[in-house]
Amino acid sequence: MLIKKPSDIRSSEITPKELYQTRRQFIKTAGMAAGAAVGVGVLTKGAAVLHAVQPAAHRAKLPNVKPNPAMSNTNGEVKNTWEQITTYNNYYEFGIDKNDPAELSRNFKTDGWMVDVSGECAKKGKYSIDDILKGETVEERVYRHRCVEAWSMVIPWDGIPLSNFIKRCEPTGKATHVKFSTALDTKQMPGVRSDVLDWPYVEGLRMDEAMHPLTILVVGLYGEPLPNQDGAPIRLAVPWKYGFKHVKSINKIEFVTKEPLNTWQRSAPNEYGFYANVNPMVDHPRWSQGTERRIGEFLKRRTLMFNGYADQVQSMYSNLDLKKKF
Amino acid sequence: MVDRTKVIRFVAKPIFFLAALGPAVYLTWAALTNHLSANPLSDVTNETGVWTLRFICITLLVTPLRNVTGWNALVRFRRMAGLYAFFYGTLHFLTYVILDRFAGLVDFPDGIVSLTTAHNLTTSIIGDIAMRPFITVGFTAFVLMIPLAITSTTGWIRRLGGKRWALLHRLVYATAIAGVVHYWWLVKADIRRPMIYGAIVAVLLGFRLVRKIRSVRVKAALRLKPDPTTIR
Repeated sequence: MLIKKPSDIRSSEITPKELYQTRRQFIKTAGMAAGAAVGVGVLTKGAAVLHAVQPAAHRAKLPNVKPNPAMSNTNGEVKNTWEQITTYNNYYEFGIDKNDPAELSRNFKTDGWMVDVSGECAKKGKYSIDDILKGETVEERVYRHRCVEAWSMVIPWDGIPLSNFIKRCEPTGKATHVKFSTALDTKQMPGVRSDVLDWPYVEGLRMDEAMHPLTILVVGLYGEPLPNQDGAPIRLAVPWKYGFKHVKSINKIEFVTKEPLNTWQRSAPNEYGFYANVNPMVDHPRWSQGTERRIGEFLKRRTLMFNGYADQVQSMYSNLDLKKKF
Repeated sequence: MVDRTKVIRFVAKPIFFLAALGPAVYLTWAALTNHLSANPLSDVTNETGVWTLRFICITLLVTPLRNVTGWNALVRFRRMAGLYAFFYGTLHFLTYVILDRFAGLVDFPDGIVSLTTAHNLTTSIIGDIAMRPFITVGFTAFVLMIPLAITSTTGWIRRLGGKRWALLHRLVYATAIAGVVHYWWLVKADIRRPMIYGAIVAVLLGFRLVRKIRSVRVKAALRLKPDPTTIR
């Protein structure tokens, strides 16, 4: 048996010094590149990942939706699209980025939804969506929607006046306010695992605000059932107030005897109040409320007092210092 | 044979240059092809801001990484990283001027291109910087980068002298802190993201502080120790 001796290795097979040094250099460079990649990866976690999201799938139209011509006057302003309204949402239960709700609420199940009515009223109990809509005409109303973050949309909601439902609940004379809660479903709502807000999300209205004809319980959008990211199956629209008052996916309505502490006020009382009336004269402590960007437009618009609904609502606030009660 | 200086100059640096340009290219493409959210103007503003902060972090990472790994070649990427921070910071400032201030003028009584518009825009920017703390601190962070960008050339290093140049460029510490504060003050409720950057900047600046304290101690110890040659 022939055994090759080490000397049999030809000198040409020995890696030249320059080459292995280059290899070391290469390994170092590769190491640096890998390190940089990890670094960039870590930093990427520090912001929203930008990508287009799919708008809500279309579904069969709701039966018997009637446009309300008196409530469709937006001074000729153009309605925002289905895509805009269902991909750009603040709904922290499904994540803090605007495109999170569209993605993370996709499998949210709202079958058999019940709204629990309690407090100072005669007709306490659990109401299904069908119960709530019984005998009602669902109206289409085109409302301006102004977010406290200074963007806005024009949205064709389908709903019923909240006052109709409240009357059926027969609140007692002691009830001064209505408190609403969003469902808190830790299984289906990934956003509630973070403590960014106190859950469940709570909002409230004074009784006269709740009874105002502009205040509606919304069950549809563009004539279709309300998409999950917009607060399915039932939400509030109070068009003269900032969007955070428009509580979504309501599962609890309570008639109470004092002003409820709403979630955003609890989170930052110097920035968000109970009333949250749209008011260009009272700035957010950190940004101006004098103008707003309508989604889809480049130039901003001047924000209107009470979001343009002053004629209908300002009499409710004649005795209120709007600077203090923001 | 392959020269490491040449590898860095002709391979690694161009790769870094192109990679760092990536976010701007992606953002432009996404904005033009409708791949951003329903509020693309807000996305562009946010993203350019976040990328400024990221490049500030990358710039600040060079020295600690070099000290830990001994890869001195890293320092050759520092200027580019810093200039990219300035690049994204400039884009961020311009988006603020155009998308926030200019678009927020609402009225253009003498037409869009007019002295009145220029005057109103200037007043609006100055007023905003003076009135809103998170803008004040963000603007400060940006302005502090300007002298650093100007004096980033080899000529300026020579003119200032290494020590004075290094001292001047410590302004980037202030930019980093102001940048984090700017981010912290603008978010609505979720401070997790600003906190991540705050933590990174704290670690990177803390590293320097610890080293500084150590070196001062070592120097002091050396001074105390009597030189054996002078012992009588």
